[in-house]
Amino acid sequence: MKKSVWSGVLLVLLAMSLVLAACGKNNSSVPASGGETNTSAEGGEIKVGILHSLSGTMAISEVSVKDAEMMAIEEINAKGGVLGKKLVPVVEDGASDWPTFAEKARKLISEDKVATVFGGWTSASRKAMLPVFEELNGLLWYPVQYEGLESSPNIFYTGATTNQQIVPSVTWLLENRGKKFFLLGSDYVFPRTANKIIKEQLKAEGGELVGEEYTPLGHTDYSTLISKIKEADPDIVYNTLNGDSNVAFFKQLKDAGITAKDLTTLSVSVAEEEIRGIGTDVLEGHLAAWNYYQTTDTPENKTFVANYKKAYGEDRVTADPIEAGYIAVYLWAAAVEKAGSTDVAAVKEAAKGLEFNAPGGKVTIDGDNQHIYKTVRIGEVQADGQFKEIFATDGPVKPDPYLKGYDWAASLSAE
Amino acid sequence: MELQMRTMTPQRILVLIGYAAAAVALFCAPLYLSDFRLNLLAKFLAFAIVALGLDLIWGYTGILSLGHGVFFGLGAYAMAMYLKLEASGGKLPDFMNWSGLTSLPWFWKPFGSFGFAVAAGLLLPALLALVLGFFTFRNRIRGVYFTILTQALVIITTTLFIGQQAFTGGTNGVTGFGTLFGQSLGKAETKQILYFVTVIALFAAFVLCRYIVGSRFGRVMRAIRDGENRARFIGYNPAVYQMLVFCVSAALAGLAGMLFVLHVGIISPSMMGIVPSIEMVLWVAIGGRGTLIGAALGAILMNAAKSTFSESYPELWTMFLGLLFVIVVVFLPKGLAGLFPQIKLRKRRGMEHEGEGVHYSAL
Repeated sequence: MKKSVWSGVLLVLLAMSLVLAACGKNNSSVPASGGETNTSAEGGEIKVGILHSLSGTMAISEVSVKDAEMMAIEEINAKGGVLGKKLVPVVEDGASDWPTFAEKARKLISEDKVATVFGGWTSASRKAMLPVFEELNGLLWYPVQYEGLESSPNIFYTGATTNQQIVPSVTWLLENRGKKFFLLGSDYVFPRTANKIIKEQLKAEGGELVGEEYTPLGHTDYSTLISKIKEADPDIVYNTLNGDSNVAFFKQLKDAGITAKDLTTLSVSVAEEEIRGIGTDVLEGHLAAWNYYQTTDTPENKTFVANYKKAYGEDRVTADPIEAGYIAVYLWAAAVEKAGSTDVAAVKEAAKGLEFNAPGGKVTIDGDNQHIYKTVRIGEVQADGQFKEIFATDGPVKPDPYLKGYDWAASLSAE
Repeated sequence: MELQMRTMTPQRILVLIGYAAAAVALFCAPLYLSDFRLNLLAKFLAFAIVALGLDLIWGYTGILSLGHGVFFGLGAYAMAMYLKLEASGGKLPDFMNWSGLTSLPWFWKPFGSFGFAVAAGLLLPALLALVLGFFTFRNRIRGVYFTILTQALVIITTTLFIGQQAFTGGTNGVTGFGTLFGQSLGKAETKQILYFVTVIALFAAFVLCRYIVGSRFGRVMRAIRDGENRARFIGYNPAVYQMLVFCVSAALAGLAGMLFVLHVGIISPSMMGIVPSIEMVLWVAIGGRGTLIGAALGAILMNAAKSTFSESYPELWTMFLGLLFVIVVVFLPKGLAGLFPQIKLRKRRGMEHEGEGVHYSAL
């Protein structure tokens, strides 16, 4: 008697797996009947992929970007969509795991046939997705500042490259705050590459390197490091720490009696969102370099901030990567309208030189490297957790991911 | 099946039909699965190979290793190094370039040869397992202490791989491959061939494990699992058996790692970390430790569930997966394979030490 029950269960399981397999087949075979590319544009709707970490360690940062992208999609749909068609987002979870990003990117392009994908945060996730997008000729919009030295024909970079964040901020610090630099970063690709660039720049522009330290991601004990900083006596600590480590570092720095008045720190991974986590009392007076702040004074930004808060809650803040994710959707939509098609080659061609009045000021797509012109801003943390802009470039800076415009950087890009 | 099981009972025929059906389903998969799904299935089959290896050491020998991510990772890195060198075409791999290296490190050079890379992918994990096993099993370190040591091995290895960015690609890992033997890895035909290679590897691994489990060696393994001291008093040296099984298990994980890289196109330290290492053990637990087919099925089904859930419910899938774990643990303490032995093993006379005889006190 019992046996037959178990066999029944087994049969059900087998049947379920068969159904699953069949579903997999259906998903892929239906759109394939329409033609090789662009099938998603042929209904009354266009599918776009959204691929961020919704679980795992990166979720805290990436969910906000996903929210901004969803908001942009809704706004565009409310105005009638793109090419008269509604945008339908297909959301996938990268799960803070790089191979998962690659898997989901492949799924979005080859199974869902999305017209484009907005996604990624860490450099590692981008590097994992890059071969997939190049292989399947997909289109990725990557919204976070990064270490440069990359320019894939299948990626648009709406965050800053190094010459739009790190290089100008170092120059500004050398001119305004002192010559002795201490480089502190988390131990992964972005800080190491960024610091390699900074060291070359310091040599060329008359700065002095008094220390360079890396701590593992998630490291929280900075007492020895703070002693080292005290000993090295720098004018500036250039901070490329990521995530939780910032909380520990700034708290312990304050506990050690060092405030922003005694020592300048400039961070490149601390934005409004992180300030909420670290605490404004600890961060007040410290500096950051970005292209956008919630306080950036443009008419577009007032609407953007108001809409974002309305959609997701008064306590939410906007920040640089959130804005970059938001404008990515608009830039893509504008390029599709101009091209009259979602075909990747046509969209890339149409995107060249495209301009958009972003919340952070006017941006333009550079056709050569698919990065965007952005204004560089240095801000100081205020008591209310917002930034006060203390420096901005005269206008948008041309992106230069391989730093070809800088003689001292010749050895960095051996390409 | 065991060699002495020659009589064709209806149960045995059913089981054989089951195996045949599975083989046909796997070999015909390219006919009914899209390229993307086929690629996913290939990845799951690679994971099934790890599960088989883990089952040998845990299910049959009673030693819980939470360090198989390392062995998997070593195999994967060996293959990734070969692919990266082929993709770089004589130039320095990109991450070395941006990490400040000017020439290829000496230990990378031999990985330009495919044969060497494959050999390293199998032997490096086995060698590491041998060294770890030598210092632990011989000193009669077992149970929780051994498990903790394997976790330490994971932490040491991932920290090393993340810290040595210039040599290993750091947290990014190694990615950006182009071709294998001049064939683009992205082409559908290449993917199909790699799929078949994986199916064959899985069958070979399965047959190997079956052979080991069914042999005299396999019975000593179970004897060690159920009573290490008794086995010792009878005259066997458990350490030798434990070391050998651990090596085979590690090599299988290495093999799976190599296949994984070919299918997924990236390996990073996060894939050899603590979480994946524990996940691998979960596959075996869910599928049913102490049965090979259970371990393999567990790996395939758990990963299929993970992919399906996360596609359907990107925001909530972790909850569903957790729920599934709880359900299986509560209602199927012997895993999914707990469904099978009821049918096929009851009939055996005097085969107490098989399947359901798993001694749960080991850990």
